[in-house]
Amino acid sequence: MSATGVRAAVTGLGVVAPNGLGTETYWTATRKGISGIGRITRFVPDQYPAQLAGEIDGFDAAEHLPGRLLPQTDRMTQLALVAADWAFQDAAVRPEDLPGFEMGVITASSSGGFAFGQRELQALWSKGSRYVSAYQSFAWFYAVNSGQISIRNGMRGPSGVVVSDQAGGLDAIAQARRQLRKGTRLVMAGAVDASICPWGWVAQMASNRLSVGRDPERAYLPFDDAAAGHVPGEGGALLVMEDLEQARARGARIYGEVAGYGATLDPRPGSGRPPGLRKAVELALADAGASPGDIDVVFADAAALPDLDRIETETITAVFGARAVPVTAPKTMTGRLYSGAAPLDLAAAFLAMRDEVIPPSVGVTPSPGHDLDLVVDRERPAPVRSALVLARGHGGFNSAAVVRAV
Amino acid sequence: MSGAYPRRVVITGIGVTAPGGVGVKSFWNTLSGGHTATRRITFFDPSPFRSQVAAEVDFDAELLGLSAQEIRRMDRAAQFAVVTARDAVADSGLEFTALDPHRTGVTIGSAVGATMGLDQEYRTVSDSGRLDLVDHTYAVPHLYNHLVPSSFAAEVAWAVGAEGPATVVSTGCTSGLDAVGYAADLIREGSADVMVAGATDAPISPITVACFDAIKATTPRNDDPEHASRPFDGTRNGFVLGEGAAVFVLEELGSARRRGAHVYAEIAGYATRSNAFHMTGLRPDGREMAEAIRVALDEARLDPEAVDYVNAHGSGTKQNDRHETAAFKRSLGEHAYAVPVSSIKSMVGHSLGAIGAIEIAASTLAMEHGVVPPTANLHTPDPECDLDYVPVTAREWPTDAVLSVGSGFGGFQSAMVLARPDRRNA
Repeated sequence: MSATGVRAAVTGLGVVAPNGLGTETYWTATRKGISGIGRITRFVPDQYPAQLAGEIDGFDAAEHLPGRLLPQTDRMTQLALVAADWAFQDAAVRPEDLPGFEMGVITASSSGGFAFGQRELQALWSKGSRYVSAYQSFAWFYAVNSGQISIRNGMRGPSGVVVSDQAGGLDAIAQARRQLRKGTRLVMAGAVDASICPWGWVAQMASNRLSVGRDPERAYLPFDDAAAGHVPGEGGALLVMEDLEQARARGARIYGEVAGYGATLDPRPGSGRPPGLRKAVELALADAGASPGDIDVVFADAAALPDLDRIETETITAVFGARAVPVTAPKTMTGRLYSGAAPLDLAAAFLAMRDEVIPPSVGVTPSPGHDLDLVVDRERPAPVRSALVLARGHGGFNSAAVVRAV
Repeated sequence: MSGAYPRRVVITGIGVTAPGGVGVKSFWNTLSGGHTATRRITFFDPSPFRSQVAAEVDFDAELLGLSAQEIRRMDRAAQFAVVTARDAVADSGLEFTALDPHRTGVTIGSAVGATMGLDQEYRTVSDSGRLDLVDHTYAVPHLYNHLVPSSFAAEVAWAVGAEGPATVVSTGCTSGLDAVGYAADLIREGSADVMVAGATDAPISPITVACFDAIKATTPRNDDPEHASRPFDGTRNGFVLGEGAAVFVLEELGSARRRGAHVYAEIAGYATRSNAFHMTGLRPDGREMAEAIRVALDEARLDPEAVDYVNAHGSGTKQNDRHETAAFKRSLGEHAYAVPVSSIKSMVGHSLGAIGAIEIAASTLAMEHGVVPPTANLHTPDPECDLDYVPVTAREWPTDAVLSVGSGFGGFQSAMVLARPDRRNA
């Protein structure tokens, strides 16, 4: 993969998470183990088996974005536009100062602007086709966040959108690194997802992977004997990625680099072949030129389903040894943010490097069946030079990324 | 590839499912004959809609080898993708079971995912829009696969036995070009040896028709469906929605040659740029598309004069065809007036994310046959569209290098150069 000498530095973070709006708010809450999971407020969830979600509170798009953008955007796009603004600010980059063709936007999406889509489907079927919004054609589709971010910030370089369920967030980061290697100066990359509307909720429940727990502190318990599904959330993170040398030349504060990446898809169900997560990890390590001993922490995918947890534990112990590396899942405080989950974990990994501390997983009582050194309930001070982030998607998508200090 | 990636990527298998007939042969018959496959919509009663025409595929999933279970769980777009991928694999002659599954990947483009399935299931769970709090007890088990269309990539991978990098690329109407470009990059950089890549969309559903009605992007020429798609014609007034899929087997050139594969074309250059202007609007100067073309040609190490045929986006909206014409002049210079340019959307409609891949198939087949497909229904000149658009009738034309472009909502502008691997570089 390192066919060219370009290294992909991360110089800015924009975080919108259920337990914190803005990078430092999120990080402070995450270090303290404060969860953003609660009973759904966006609609009345009484009739549904699953009733908990990681909702972002206190986000008023009108405070951050021009009024003309509001009617044409879904909530997830509003969140993404604000996350991008914050990432630029954090990187101390004014996009208007850079040539447009030298900046790209690469995001992942899972379901597009689904709440917007529900409203327009309802207009169509309850009132008629003339009542469908002129914005529907582009407000719900998967490419909307990349498009709107590029327009708001004058980014004319290579852009893109990937959809690989929850693994997509890492695939977007890898595609961004690819574009840096081809010569693009800066790429805004990551994902912000949200589909907490009744129609999105019903579609998510169909996966049979949602927790039906009612206690926010006991509903999403990966690697726990009580694991019984996950709590979905909304949000994610966008990262400013730049060619390391150019970032250094402008005196940028550098969080670290995206050093390695690997992706696989599990074999067809029933094939009898082994799952692909381990291969993805091995590819990411090899791509980074790292050995397992170099990794200081693993940010787990943490599906909280017995079979998927077992596969993840087996992968980690096979690659690193039993209890040989600290493992954590701060997403137990946000819920799973679909394609936003992995970019948020990357942001947490960079902040863990900065502050020399591993954020905890909350609420989990690690099962003896999982031979992991799980960081639980309290943060753990530790020098972090390299981290491995894992992300898996429905359908068998496995992606792994290695980030490290520079 | 300008030194950074020494590996060259070629197409060795093609599958097409397009309006006018399933399979590469019927597809080429449609194009080379200048036949139009647009008609009054039959999937639902289109009479309440402004635009009532579409290019529909006559598709019998069972006849094409899908099991009852596969048909039940897959949206029509996923069915297109799987059937078409199987055709591409068969055409390549490559023994997939002998490949390292982790070195074989899948990239599928789609602009709107499972929109037909979602539209239909929404009606059920909402009781035709009566319920805000839709009823989960009516939800089908595969609804999640409609919600997140990466299921398309998983279905294709399972069908061909791939376990390497898999994803859906969803950049609106450039998804097809971008998916194939993405896959080619994975082979070039060494992340995969073989990619099954292409795009699919099946958007002919009430919600899609309604949302294009709302912005008058589609044509209201309902009285003459066969001649409704009129790219570059002075009377054009919007695009005709289409559906379909095209999927390719991509390999590294050296290994394709070693196994004696038929090499259709090299993916010699590819680039995408954004106009950063408007989600649906285009600036008339075509600057960003021109830049994508310039970079794609540079990557292919070809001069503009080496382009023998331009496969246009040519959607048939007023603004697109003007924008694109300007982009060709800006990037190709005087050669823009000499090179044949055509839009197959005049015959097979605009299948959103799929069409970019279908147009790669058309470009490749043009090289294969030495025939440039025409722009059907082009009779009335438009002074703003003053290039050689190959009106009405296909043209025999030896072709070694093709430029295929796409433009779409979100501002994405993409360009791909397909060429014979043994062409002479500039």
